[in-house]
Amino acid sequence: MNLLHILGIFYRNIVIIRRSIPKLFSLFGFITVELFLWGFITLWVETVAPADGNYDFMLLILSAFIFWSMFDLSQRSFGVSFLEEVWSRNIINLFASPVKVSELILGFALIGVAQVLLAFFYVTPLAFLLYTLKIWDLGLYIIPFFVNILVFGWVLGVVTIGLVVRFGPSADILAFFIPFLLLPFSAVYYPISVFPPLLQKLTFVLPTRHMFEGMRIAITEGIVPLHNVFWASVLNLICVLLGFLFLYWMLRLARTKGYLSRLVQD
Amino acid sequence: MTTVLRVRNLTKQYNNLTAVNRISFEIKEGEIVSLLGPNGAGKTTTIQMLLALVSPTSGDIEIFGKNLKEHREELLSLMNFTGPYSLLPYNLTPKEGLTVFALLYGVRDYKERAKSLLDEFGLAGLANKKIGQLSSGEHMRLGVAKAFVNNPRLLLLDEPTASLDPAIAQGLRAKILKRVQESSGAVLWTSHNMREIEKVSDRIVFLSRGQIIADATPKTLKKRFGQEDLEDIFITIAQNPTSKSL
Repeated sequence: MNLLHILGIFYRNIVIIRRSIPKLFSLFGFITVELFLWGFITLWVETVAPADGNYDFMLLILSAFIFWSMFDLSQRSFGVSFLEEVWSRNIINLFASPVKVSELILGFALIGVAQVLLAFFYVTPLAFLLYTLKIWDLGLYIIPFFVNILVFGWVLGVVTIGLVVRFGPSADILAFFIPFLLLPFSAVYYPISVFPPLLQKLTFVLPTRHMFEGMRIAITEGIVPLHNVFWASVLNLICVLLGFLFLYWMLRLARTKGYLSRLVQD
Repeated sequence: MTTVLRVRNLTKQYNNLTAVNRISFEIKEGEIVSLLGPNGAGKTTTIQMLLALVSPTSGDIEIFGKNLKEHREELLSLMNFTGPYSLLPYNLTPKEGLTVFALLYGVRDYKERAKSLLDEFGLAGLANKKIGQLSSGEHMRLGVAKAFVNNPRLLLLDEPTASLDPAIAQGLRAKILKRVQESSGAVLWTSHNMREIEKVSDRIVFLSRGQIIADATPKTLKKRFGQEDLEDIFITIAQNPTSKSL
């Protein structure tokens, strides 16, 4: 592992994020608009919910929104970092350099961490100012879920890269779309008990389901649901393994079929 | 002289198309070899195999005696390239772009290397302009500067002077040749400018329909073909692509 290679990937991406207004808006702007949207929805839900209800809707819904946004950003930053090389036709230079795939992935992961932390430390004070949401009250037991969210975002980012390598730049829409496909089945804003029995069984394989269900239990019951942490972590590890195998398979296929050079031609 | 690059029976097949067919050649230290051929002859596929972007169907590539497939990262750190199919990131400045590539090639004094290359290739005045705003000639010069970022021992130059006016092209060629002499590196050069090829090449490898049909010095080639102009030889080969008697 060569740290200079990883620094090169990191530096290249930080430079363009730092001076691109659209990129800064995608980091801070969308989440601000969505925070208003979900905040108003929650305010309305609180007015129609029974007055003697035990649920802190503001904490439940807005923390779910914030953590889903972090997951979405983790995946998107990963996919877009790779797509940036495709869009700027720099991808051949990258693959013809001595950078290993693992170094490339680690560089993208660091960019993802930087972006997620920036967005998180921006949106949480904003949520407090607007809705007095004290996400910090969730405590340290939220950390395992947060880490799992980041890692699963990277896994989907790795899968996105594999799909772009296989199908060319026209598959770039997947970088923005994949998390949305998982959203209804990840129990982000509602418990899994609302799913039909068959769907409850099918969604068991999704790490996101265990992450968000576990976080909800942590918020409503104030305990660490170890079995959710366990399943989220185990499924995540399996997904990491499968994600890397998929990427290596796609890269091998791309080198055999000549897809890499197509990335600058499509 | 040490053999820098050895290609043996290299073949690339895409379904029913044989892009490169059992080619073998070598490049020694300090040697500049030109790879010529009409469009579709297999030059780009060969270069992409040498850069490990495309896997050969069969055959071997050895660089400094090591197999490229088994020592990919180590060998790529000793090589570099420039080509019309790989642009530098349009949203970086030349200074940032060269810094990034110095890092990607593991150059420890990456800032100094980027600065010295900007000076050497006459790009210091453009250091902070976006690459996307450079003229094609400036971009080409930057591409060549990038190719020297790691002081490569093997350089693959695919039409390095294609967008340059004759004066700048001559200057750039001189810089490349000086660099190669100093580092005793080896170069594989492709171009459609036959005068350029004649000036720089120690040896010429002619490809046609994926096969090598000539591998000799410019002087020997002229004698063998009975023609004084390399361009006429090129045209003869392009018009008789399957002729093995050439």
